[in-house]
Amino acid sequence: MKVFKTLLRRELGFCFGALNGYVIVSAALFLVGVCFYDLVYRLNNQPTDMTLTEMFFFSWYFWLILLLSAPLITMRTFAHEKSTGTYEILMTAPVNDIQVLMSKFCGALFFHAIIWLPVFISMLLLRFYINNPLVVNITGIITTYFAVLMVGALYISIGCFGSALTRSQIVAGMVSFTLGMGIFMLSVNVLFVVPDPGPLSLILAKISLADYMRDCSRGILDSRPFIFLVTSTFLFLFLTWRVLEWRRWR
Amino acid sequence: MESDRQGFILTSAVMGDASKEWMIEVKGLTKRYGDFEAISNLNFTVKRGEILGLLGPNGAGKSTTLRILSTFLAATSGTAKIAGFDVFDESHEVRKRIGYMPENNPLYLDMRVYEYLKYRGRLKGLDTRQSRDRAETVMKECDLEDVRRKMIRQLSLGYRQRVGLADALVSEPELIILDEPTLGLDPNQVRAARQLIKNLGGKHTVLISSHILHEVEMTCNRVLILNQGKILASDDTTHLQSVMGQSSRVVTQIKAPLEDLKFSLKNFEGLLAADISAAEGDYYLCSLSFKAEAADPREDLYKMVVGNNWFLRELTISRPSLEDVFVHLTRKEQNEEEDEE
Repeated sequence: MKVFKTLLRRELGFCFGALNGYVIVSAALFLVGVCFYDLVYRLNNQPTDMTLTEMFFFSWYFWLILLLSAPLITMRTFAHEKSTGTYEILMTAPVNDIQVLMSKFCGALFFHAIIWLPVFISMLLLRFYINNPLVVNITGIITTYFAVLMVGALYISIGCFGSALTRSQIVAGMVSFTLGMGIFMLSVNVLFVVPDPGPLSLILAKISLADYMRDCSRGILDSRPFIFLVTSTFLFLFLTWRVLEWRRWR
Repeated sequence: MESDRQGFILTSAVMGDASKEWMIEVKGLTKRYGDFEAISNLNFTVKRGEILGLLGPNGAGKSTTLRILSTFLAATSGTAKIAGFDVFDESHEVRKRIGYMPENNPLYLDMRVYEYLKYRGRLKGLDTRQSRDRAETVMKECDLEDVRRKMIRQLSLGYRQRVGLADALVSEPELIILDEPTLGLDPNQVRAARQLIKNLGGKHTVLISSHILHEVEMTCNRVLILNQGKILASDDTTHLQSVMGQSSRVVTQIKAPLEDLKFSLKNFEGLLAADISAAEGDYYLCSLSFKAEAADPREDLYKMVVGNNWFLRELTISRPSLEDVFVHLTRKEQNEEEDEE
């Protein structure tokens, strides 16, 4: 546990102690700010029966920021260390692969949580001005933030996997972006394009992240997609662990 | 060919209570990358407290050997044990006991020196106070106190090498593995590093890889010469020089009657050849060749001069340098391969 905490502090130090982290946070917060402004503008000008969190989900900002930020956050986790050679001094210290993996994953997930925190704090602040629970539902805000973290965990684990495969940060970013985009496209197709009935449509419906996000934005927490997200996250973490171990067998 | 090579390998084969006597035991270590064999059937041992130098030309397999011993890479076949723990099956135990400085000295450039050494100390199992104290100690030993608050990216190459060395020492490991530790250091720093490494011997076991033969000669108890993944020689430097079969040379300046001097030298035990020429004043410069395996003749020479009431103003011995040994062995290996073809 001591080693894990030391490694985690190191990861957070890299995120928040160097300029790179603040550049990524600033860019994400800019988009988050634009997102929030757009949501409030629409609330002012368009009659709607959707809550603020549902509007947030349907405005595409969430997917845009997630698809861009997750690869940026994770592409340096392993690839940077391999290219600079610090991976060698890390793995010849008395640490094991799991400790290294979990510290990098948790560090990236924490960074992801920090990026998204302002938009939900803004929504909570708005609650004081809009005394209408149908518009700004605190339960919906909490469940939506939880869903953002769960989906983010999956994308972060995909990013760690992509980063472990290569020394190049660009390649790592592209691999995780492509995999993430693939999952997104599958989800969106289910949401907006009615697939032909059959086994494939059934499978796609079950793994649709868009459906899960929509339910969470309404304050509904369904265990089935939650289990899917947790197991998928662990699947990619397991694959990453195997990639790290492969070094010893080459 | 194999028997000739075996003749050069003079390490002890006694393996009694192995974990207590030997820090490193390597048996049949081989590493292949596809068809290419980086190291082939290495066998050597290193005693506790010994300083072993790994010498070899580029591509000899030195870094590959060190990477396997540091548990970063797995061998294709063979075994390697450090303090009795197998580097593959018990790598965690091995890593607790080693300090490793890889080639090119990779460091976290975004950290400060003191912060980095504390971090590395905690990672190697020290608690907060111990890591703080050890960081202070190694910074003092490696002369890094002036730059403790500087970012590592702001340091010169020499200072970064010292940070790498300090990192390898921070947890006071039993075995210290250094790949090219003096690369980039200026002569003063090289001397300081050499002294630091020599002081580590006895308390720690040190394994150094270097191209700088002179440094290895001055620092190490024993030398392992590698070429194309195979061991050519493994012994202490004095024995290696005698293995070459060359003579040792003594240079002396003696003031004496020439004929008497020639007569005395002719009857001198162990002398192979003598070259006498006139030197400044009434002295004669004598360049004397002795058998390599003969005992140091300087004391007997001095007694001869004093016994004859002559005068002496220079008496030095020169043996084949490690560079001579290295070139001789690697050239011999190359010639043997050409003969086979």
